[in-house]
Amino acid sequence: METVNKIRVLVAKPGLDGHDKGAKIVALALRDAGMEVIYSGLHQTLDQIMSTAVQESVDVIGLSIMSGAHLPICEKLTAMIKEQGLDNVHLVVGGVIPNQDVQVLRKMGVAAVFPGGTSFDTIVSGINGLFQ
Amino acid sequence: MPEKVPDIQPDPPVQIQQILDGDVMAGARLIRCIEAGDPAAAKMLGQLYPHAGNAFVIGITGPPGAGKSTLISALITMFRKKNFTVGVVAVDPSSHKTGGAVLGDRVRMQAHAGDKGVFIRSMAARGAAGGLARAAQDTCLVLDAMGYDIIIVEPVGSGQADLKITTLVHSLGLVAIPGTGDGIQAVKAGLLEAADIFIVNKDDLPGAGSEMMTLEHLVQQRTLEPDTWHPPVASTCARTGEGVEQLADLFLDHRQFMKDNQVLEKIQTAQAGDYFTILVRQMVMDRIDPWIDRQVGAFLDTAAQQAEVAADPYRAARELADRLTRSLGEPGSVDREGE
Ligand SMILES: Nc1nc2c(ncn2[C@@H]2O[C@H](COP(=O)(O)OP(=O)(O)OP(=O)(O)O)[C@@H](O)[C@H]2O)c(=O)[nH]1
Ligand SMILES: [Mg+2]
Repeated sequence: METVNKIRVLVAKPGLDGHDKGAKIVALALRDAGMEVIYSGLHQTLDQIMSTAVQESVDVIGLSIMSGAHLPICEKLTAMIKEQGLDNVHLVVGGVIPNQDVQVLRKMGVAAVFPGGTSFDTIVSGINGLFQ
Repeated sequence: MPEKVPDIQPDPPVQIQQILDGDVMAGARLIRCIEAGDPAAAKMLGQLYPHAGNAFVIGITGPPGAGKSTLISALITMFRKKNFTVGVVAVDPSSHKTGGAVLGDRVRMQAHAGDKGVFIRSMAARGAAGGLARAAQDTCLVLDAMGYDIIIVEPVGSGQADLKITTLVHSLGLVAIPGTGDGIQAVKAGLLEAADIFIVNKDDLPGAGSEMMTLEHLVQQRTLEPDTWHPPVASTCARTGEGVEQLADLFLDHRQFMKDNQVLEKIQTAQAGDYFTILVRQMVMDRIDPWIDRQVGAFLDTAAQQAEVAADPYRAARELADRLTRSLGEPGSVDREGE
């Protein structure tokens, strides 16, 4: 049988953010880079994100956050990832993220941060780079 | 640019007992290994096999956008009300160009993401029809061994390829939508014979009544033996859930019917045979493909044989094929001629 192991990415929008256009476009860009993207849509609770990540055996959880709540959300989620023992799952975050928060997020254990305006190429190579 | 192979960390090995205990993380990991073609995972499937066979496997097929995923989500709600646990395998197409995929079925079912009694797995078709059949089938086996009562399979929405899942499901629902002539298309694609329940979804749209009548008419034209299941036509609005409870009951009625008439065992035996054929064919092909490449390479190694191919590739190919398959002893081969 053809042996293929593709990077699987969950793209989710936590919280009450209103629209998911950006997240959908990123999903397409990741597909075009050869990844398998599970798109879970708007208004996801952290429990939903976790159980989806487990059931779908994803390698990457990609959050799109526009609401300004990226710090508390990522703090909780990184803790949940650790607690569940998902040691090989990388959390990446995109959206409206002020420069000064990037390092804070990285310290928390977020593997990569893509503030608004980051090019698709940078996002793709950033995710690919987690597996080299 | 050559594709870089991602260095994905292997997860810790899975124990059989974890799967049998319904451990979600272990089940998900095993499915991942199966998809990646890990030989150890294939061995584990053999060990799980005797523990499976208890789940009722439903297929929901139909054209793209018919509302299959939305309908499955509504069915999950109904089956959960009746205290069944539910596993779902949802297949979406892979991009031919890049091999990537956006797996978008799950988003319609995400209301169930927090429910411990529901396991949803998205899967990319990855081009190979046979490979898909196998990965989806093996995933069902894992979900079955994990103890899910009902497993629902959503194949890629498109015509005849869907027939493949008849080696996998016990009960097949065919979704049509009003005003599209789906019923006629289904007949052309040969799905009429294969479907056990016909579903007119989006019955809030105009033309639902006539779509029902068309389907009912087509079903009645099927020659049915006495004591066989008469495929009913259901009408649903997956968005609101209207008619979905009746549909859930129809699937359960079908299962009961198959049990009462000893049909379920027969189907399972036939499917096991079909699947065995798939397994053997795939394993043989896996071995033969590279061997053919080597044989052809060796054949083309001499100038004389290259000239033969240039002169008449059909004849050269036929002769080489005859020579390579001589030991198969098929009619017309040298075996026979030597008698
Ligand atoms: N009006 C109406 N729309 C519906 C109904 N059921 C589903 N839809 C809509 O139809 C669209 C497609 O629904 P899906 O459930 O994704 O359809 P699908 O058959 O799974 O699609 P693919 O997996 O892409 O083949 C969505 O916009 C749904 O909201 C219904 O009963 N009535
Ligand atoms: Mg779908």
